[in-house]
Amino acid sequence: MNQIRGKQSIEFENPPRIISGASVVGKKEGEGPLGHLFDLVNEDPMFGEDSWEKAESTMQKEAAKLAVRKAKLEEWQIRYAFSGDLLGQLIATSFGLKEMQLPVFGLYGACSTMGEALQLGSMTVNAGYADYVLCMASSHFGSAEKQFRYPLEYASQRPLSATWTVTGCGAFVLGRKGGHVKISGITTGKIIDYGVKDSLNMGACMAPSAADTIYQNFMDFDRGPQDYDKIITGDLGSIGKEILIRLLKDQGYDISGQHTDCGLEIYDAKTQDTHSGGSGCGCSAVTLGAYILDQLAEGNWNRVLFVPTGALLSTVSFNEGQSIPGIAHAAVLERI
Amino acid sequence: MYNPGEEQKKEYQDYVKQVTPTHSLWKNMAKAFLTGGIICVIGQGIMNYAQTLGLDREAAGAWTSIVLVLLSVLLTGFNIYPGIAKFGGAGALVPITGFANSVAAPAIEFQKEGQVFGIGCKIFTIAGPVILYGVFTSWVLGVIYWVMKGMGVV
Repeated sequence: MNQIRGKQSIEFENPPRIISGASVVGKKEGEGPLGHLFDLVNEDPMFGEDSWEKAESTMQKEAAKLAVRKAKLEEWQIRYAFSGDLLGQLIATSFGLKEMQLPVFGLYGACSTMGEALQLGSMTVNAGYADYVLCMASSHFGSAEKQFRYPLEYASQRPLSATWTVTGCGAFVLGRKGGHVKISGITTGKIIDYGVKDSLNMGACMAPSAADTIYQNFMDFDRGPQDYDKIITGDLGSIGKEILIRLLKDQGYDISGQHTDCGLEIYDAKTQDTHSGGSGCGCSAVTLGAYILDQLAEGNWNRVLFVPTGALLSTVSFNEGQSIPGIAHAAVLERI
Repeated sequence: MYNPGEEQKKEYQDYVKQVTPTHSLWKNMAKAFLTGGIICVIGQGIMNYAQTLGLDREAAGAWTSIVLVLLSVLLTGFNIYPGIAKFGGAGALVPITGFANSVAAPAIEFQKEGQVFGIGCKIFTIAGPVILYGVFTSWVLGVIYWVMKGMGVV
């Protein structure tokens, strides 16, 4: 069977299954609307360590071990790990996974990393290169603010379009058998640049890339919004959501009935003062683990298009006046 | 589908501006006025008290700055100052207390990276430009003053 679909997609012949998912989050996420669904809520933002970066690594370690345990596997059975984070040179991943002694691919896709990891992981399992792989992504509010914005104690006013970086790590074991959800196909995103330069309005930077990937998914699989129970983007926030729906409407697709955004699900914007919503690799990762997989497993949804979104910038590109392109990777999740 | 030309980009950016909500300017100005005003009243209180202790105006002024900076650094350390700035905006940033916060915050954040490469290198990441261009501007004004004095204008 030819598995290549359209321009950017694959429909798997042996759809890999998500055997287990683990979500580890911080206190603020634990207090949010999905709080009761997470596997582990740590009240200590440092996760028992003495720096934000080490805290994020510890979070990755805990999530990885938990996902393997929930899959009823031993660590040595994991053939490859696909993991990423937001920190320079991927230090949260390197120091988080070094003890587990797994063959690792370190990934950077900004906040779309969970989608990138799932895509590469499912391609690997589908092709028969591994029985089990581990896919994960993390972000931490403290380490992200320190790297991309200001020190936490610095006094500044966040604009209403700003999002709040999720402290969390989601880890998933993919394999051939077990679990209730399969990844039936993927659509890999392109880098899309509409010239937006405002790093505190990342929803606007990423919305065109989400629209592009979702549109391409419809084209490649000959589907429309009605073929999905939910279309869930990563961290567009309230402004990005509005823009995404409008952009796809311009192309003749109305996804307002199916669409939701992990950044809008994870926090209560009214009471938690997060402004436009949640963001970070962890945002889509933990929402997938705690909420989306459960909804699929329970049969409330049958087919979901999961689209983590990333804003591609660094402090250097930003200071040098470059725009902020976006990228979005989609995975088609189906109930078995 | 999306490989936008310059015109499309411009159109998109205008559209983004339309749908992005912003803080109300008038409300923010009122809050900044209140917050900045309160900080100045506290400063005035310290100054008056110092003068009742027998300090002259200049010494009292210096003590006022020192006490305000200390208060701001303490409030930064206890993570209270960011909350004040969230409410007061520029009202909390412009007075000397805001400057103190911008020095204390990186010192706390980068302490983990060591005394030299952490605190030493990073302490002025936010305040540095203010210090550099503050000194530079006073030098430029000094030169202008010197030239004008030479010409007998002032």
